[in-house]
Amino acid sequence: MGMFRLRGGTSLSDREFREIVKESSEPRARYSMTAGQAYSRFFEGLKNGVILGTVCDSCGMVFIPPKIYCPYCFRSVSRWVESSGEGKVFTAVASYISADVKPLDKPEIVAVIKLDVPGYRFDNYRFPGIMHRICNASDEDVKTQRIFDARVRARWLPKEKRTGSINDIECFEVV
Amino acid sequence: MRFNLRVKNRVAVIGAGLTLFRRRLLETPQEMVWIAASRALEQAGLDFRDIDCVISGSAPDAFDGVHLKGEYYSEGAGVVGKPHIRVYVGGGTGVFVPVAAWWYVASGLCRRALVVAEEKMSSAAEPHPQAVFRHIWDPLVEKPLNPNLIWIFALEMHRYMHKCRVSKEDIALVSIKNKRNALDHPSAQAAADITVDDVLNSPMLVYPVNRLDISPVSDGAAALVMVSEEWARRYTDNPIWVAGIGFTLDTTSWTNRELSFPVYVRNAAEMAYRMAGIDNPVKSIDVVEPYDPFDYKELHHLEGLGLAPRCGAAKLTREGVTARDGDLPTCPSGGLLGVGNPIAAAGLMKVAEIFWQLRGEAGARQVKNDPVTGLAQAWGDLMQAGTVIILRR
Repeated sequence: MGMFRLRGGTSLSDREFREIVKESSEPRARYSMTAGQAYSRFFEGLKNGVILGTVCDSCGMVFIPPKIYCPYCFRSVSRWVESSGEGKVFTAVASYISADVKPLDKPEIVAVIKLDVPGYRFDNYRFPGIMHRICNASDEDVKTQRIFDARVRARWLPKEKRTGSINDIECFEVV
Repeated sequence: MRFNLRVKNRVAVIGAGLTLFRRRLLETPQEMVWIAASRALEQAGLDFRDIDCVISGSAPDAFDGVHLKGEYYSEGAGVVGKPHIRVYVGGGTGVFVPVAAWWYVASGLCRRALVVAEEKMSSAAEPHPQAVFRHIWDPLVEKPLNPNLIWIFALEMHRYMHKCRVSKEDIALVSIKNKRNALDHPSAQAAADITVDDVLNSPMLVYPVNRLDISPVSDGAAALVMVSEEWARRYTDNPIWVAGIGFTLDTTSWTNRELSFPVYVRNAAEMAYRMAGIDNPVKSIDVVEPYDPFDYKELHHLEGLGLAPRCGAAKLTREGVTARDGDLPTCPSGGLLGVGNPIAAAGLMKVAEIFWQLRGEAGARQVKNDPVTGLAQAWGDLMQAGTVIILRR
C-alpha cells in the first residue's frame, strides 16, 4: 500500500490517545426549540396538572404525547382527551448511571407508563404511554419484576413551581 | 406492500474489506475508509479507477465531530468526480448502505459501486462517546428527564424478559457465544472466552443491562464492492448475489407500542423474503448475522426475522442451534458484541461476513452447513428502523 504501513489500522491505548491528540474542541450550540401546536397545548395542560392527548377517530388510538395527525391512518386527529393521570407500568429499569455515564449514589427507577384514558381501552400493541421516573419503588421491585403492571399515579410539582414541562410531573408513584 | 421487482441488472458482491475495530485508532475517518476500501477492491481485483459510484453510510456527525462527515471521509473512497450517496438510519445504517447500493446498480445507474461505512467514535472523547446519544431523544418530552442511552435498551430488554419469561442467564449466552466466535476474527476488539458469571458479575449499568451485555465503543470502517451481473462475470467465478432487500420505518414514539417484538424488523424481513422468493425463512436461511449491539437484541431480532418462534430464540441459543456449528449459525463473525461496534461499519461488517461465509472464505469462522443463502440485519433509531439484506451464492 505504498509508503504508509497501514495494516488494518493502528490501535491506541487510552494513554497513547491522550498523548497524541492534536485538536480538542467543544462545540457550543444552544438549541432553542419551539414545541409546535400539539405539544404547546400538552405543556399548558401539564402546568394545570392535566395530561392531555389527541384521538384519531379512524383507528381509536389516543396519542400521549399528542400529535396533530395520526401516523397510522394518515389523517388529522379528531379531538383532545384527558388522561386520568394514572396508568400501569409497562416496563421498568433501575439506572445506576447518569446521562454521561457517571455512577449514581442511588439508583433511579425509570419506566414506560401505559396511561389510562377514561372511555378508551388499549391493547399492548399500541397505546398512549410516556417514559418517566417512578419515585417510590426500589431496584428490588424492578429486579423481581413486581413493578410490572403496578398501578401508578402522577405526582405533580406544586402549582407555583410548574413551568409547562414534562418535569412538572415530578414522577409517578406506585398507588 | 407491493413493489415492482423488474430491475435492469442483477447485483453481486465481489469483494469485502475491513479495518481493525478498536476503541481508538490513530487513523482519521478518511484513512480508515481508504484502508477498508483498498482491501475490498483488492479482493475484488479492481482499482479505485474502475469504480463509477460511491455509496456510503455513517452514524451521527457528532461522533467524528465533523458536520459534513460523508463529504469528509468519502475522499478516502476515491470519490472525486463520481456520484456519492450517503444514507442514514441510525444503527440500521450499515445494512442500509448495501441496500442503497443495490438500487443504484440494479437500476443501471451505477455498474461498479464501492460501498463504505465508517465510524470514529473515539473523537467524541469527553465525557464519553455515549453522551452523543443524549441528542437522539425527543427534545421536548424525553430529553428533559436527562436519560442515558442505555435506558431505552434496558426498558426494551426488561419488557422482553417479562413477556417472554427469558432470564438474564439465557441472554448472557448470546454475549458468550459471540465474544467466543470473535476470537477467530482478525479485526475483533472484544473477543473473549467468558462465562455466564462473568457477564452477570460485570458492572451493573441499568438493570437488567450489565457491562458485558453491551458491545463496545469502536473506531472502524468496512467496505464492499458491488457490481452488475455483466461485470461480476468478468471479475469472478463465484459472485455472491443480492437476492433480497428490505427496509422499513416506524415512528419515533417508542413509548407507544409493544417493545417485546420488533415489528420494524418483521416488516423489513417480509419485504426481503418476498423479493428473494423465500416463504419459509427457517428452511431457506443457512447463516444469519442479526444485529447484536446488546445480547438480548440478537434474540429479539431472530424472532423479528421469523428465524425463531416468538419468545423462542433463547431456547435455540441454549440448545446450540445458533452456535457456529449449529443448524442456524448466528453471528459467526462474533457480531458487534465480539468484533466491535463502530456503528455503521459494524452493520456492514455483518454483510461482509455473510459474503465470506457464502464464498467459503471465512477461514476459522467458516460455518459447517455449506451455506447457500445468508441474511444480515440491522436495527436503528428509537426502536423503529429495520434493514435487511439477503445474499445467495
